[in-house]
Amino acid sequence: MRAAKGVDLRSQFGFHTIAIVCLVVLYFPLLILIVFSINANDIVAVFSGVSTRWYEKAFYNEEFHNAARNTLIIAVSATIGSTIFATLAAVATTRVAPWRGQNAVYMVINLPLMVPEIITAVATLSFFALLGRTLGFNFGIGNIILAHLVFCIPFAYMPIRARLESMDLTLEGAAADLYATPFKAFWHVTLPLLMPGISSGAALAFIVSFDDFTITQLVAGPGQTTLPLYIWAMIRRPMTPEINAISTILLGISILFILISFWIAQRRKAG
Amino acid sequence: MVELTGLPAVEAKNVTKTFGAGPDAVVALDNVSVTIQQNEFFTLLGPSGCGKTTLLRLIAGFELPTAGSILLEGQEVAHLPPFKRMVNTVFQSYALFPHLTVAENIGFGLKMLGRRRADRDAQIEKMLKLVKMEPMRNRKVHQLSGGQQQRVALARALAPHPKVLLLDEPLSALDLKLRKEMQIELKRLQHETGITFIFVTHDQEEALTMSDRIAVMSHGKILQIGTANEIYEHPVDRFVADFIGETNFIEAEVMQRIGNRGQIRLPSGIALARELDPIAPVGGKVTLAIRPERIDLVKPGADCQLAGKVENIVYFGTDTHFHIDLDTGGDVTVRVQNRRGFQEVLKQGDAVGLRIAPEAMQVLKD
Repeated sequence: MRAAKGVDLRSQFGFHTIAIVCLVVLYFPLLILIVFSINANDIVAVFSGVSTRWYEKAFYNEEFHNAARNTLIIAVSATIGSTIFATLAAVATTRVAPWRGQNAVYMVINLPLMVPEIITAVATLSFFALLGRTLGFNFGIGNIILAHLVFCIPFAYMPIRARLESMDLTLEGAAADLYATPFKAFWHVTLPLLMPGISSGAALAFIVSFDDFTITQLVAGPGQTTLPLYIWAMIRRPMTPEINAISTILLGISILFILISFWIAQRRKAG
Repeated sequence: MVELTGLPAVEAKNVTKTFGAGPDAVVALDNVSVTIQQNEFFTLLGPSGCGKTTLLRLIAGFELPTAGSILLEGQEVAHLPPFKRMVNTVFQSYALFPHLTVAENIGFGLKMLGRRRADRDAQIEKMLKLVKMEPMRNRKVHQLSGGQQQRVALARALAPHPKVLLLDEPLSALDLKLRKEMQIELKRLQHETGITFIFVTHDQEEALTMSDRIAVMSHGKILQIGTANEIYEHPVDRFVADFIGETNFIEAEVMQRIGNRGQIRLPSGIALARELDPIAPVGGKVTLAIRPERIDLVKPGADCQLAGKVENIVYFGTDTHFHIDLDTGGDVTVRVQNRRGFQEVLKQGDAVGLRIAPEAMQVLKD
């Protein structure tokens, strides 16, 4: 819908300038990254011709493969786990009669979003250290999965709860009226209608886990290098455009996941 | 006409429903008792907030009564959740499942009851045919018009063959023409399925044309239960008379009474013999309800019960409404069918006489 004349923001003084500055600041660095990933030169900052050699190098890079495998295992596991917990939490906080502690529960669920990540990282490290020393527990890569799973929950929770709150409760009433027990009503009505929220939540959780650096850096043990950690390590060595190629691949995967989740949400809405 | 078995389908006994507690508590239903027979088209009629939807939700199981009991074919069900009652609802918003097709919506109840696929499909086909939606079976809900959604909602609620079908103002979202069609359609469906219908509406015309019996409700109480004709012709009190159709109210004085009969005097001084069931002492006042179409406009004379002047004339096509200022104070509306006669020559300010048959004057309880 078009805004009424005079209220249209686009006619305000400086609107175009601000918009262009924002777009350039946001996307120009990414453009440089992509352009220099096809740079034939050995030095990142000197462009001397188009080549796919850095992609080829990355393709045969064993360390990159390991890092990519670790990252996918961690991100997929953490996404599945956190989305399940977030869905349960969202249902438990929206499908109950209002009670006194409700706001406190919202706070507890969303607090990790407000705690500085480095604090969470140090806390998680201490927790695993304690667990290892006192009980002898060490899950290896499972430690990272567990840490990611936990801090992804609030990200997955928000879109799922928003979807549940905007859902017409009469539909669940209608299911009960048509002989659906509370579990069947959830399975056959609430859950299918919740799918757009769940897919946005899962996509958000995946992206957050996929590019997490701080927590992973502290919790990861030897041989548990993820892509962000690997890229960080590469920067400290003499830099080649291979780092641009790997970063571009990472960017491509992120965009792909966002598109898939967007597509699922759209299809559900239309369907 | 549907044959009534005379057996109760639904009985509400001394049902009270209070929302909230303490000084903010709202009494939605106040000691309501009603018996609805099998195969009956029963209507709960009243203005918004009268408790009619609350009563429906109590029968469906969406609310628990604060006091009293609800029986479904003789069985106490007040404590049962909705999914354990053989009662289905047509919701005001239809509440169709947007992620399912028309056929899947209709089959939902049967699926939840664990019916075999072949039985389900046969029943879905029967229902599609019943509501004339066969070509739409694979459509999604958002691809249907309001009237079509209405039919699917009906089919979905009828498919499990409930003991009672509850309808919560199902026609209020449709335009006038479609509403008239669906009124006839609902009567046909009730006749063909033989299921007890409990219909909630605030539209008195809908109630009068469709129902076997009507319960008129106000402020959480049932004021009167009866056939359309009984309620229209013999309203028990001022609220019912006013809510169902248009009514003129005229005060009369009780002159004498012997048993439940007595003499009353109209403001014009004319005396009438009436049955006086309610307790009104000699010298006290009673209210008479007179329907606008039961008054004849004639030349002023001795044979008139009341007299007045034409204050306003409103033409409606099939009939004309005359607003008459009475010589004795107050005013009445007279509805005259547009056939050639004395009233054709009337104009504003003319003196007229009002002739009212004694049986057209209903003594109210209030």
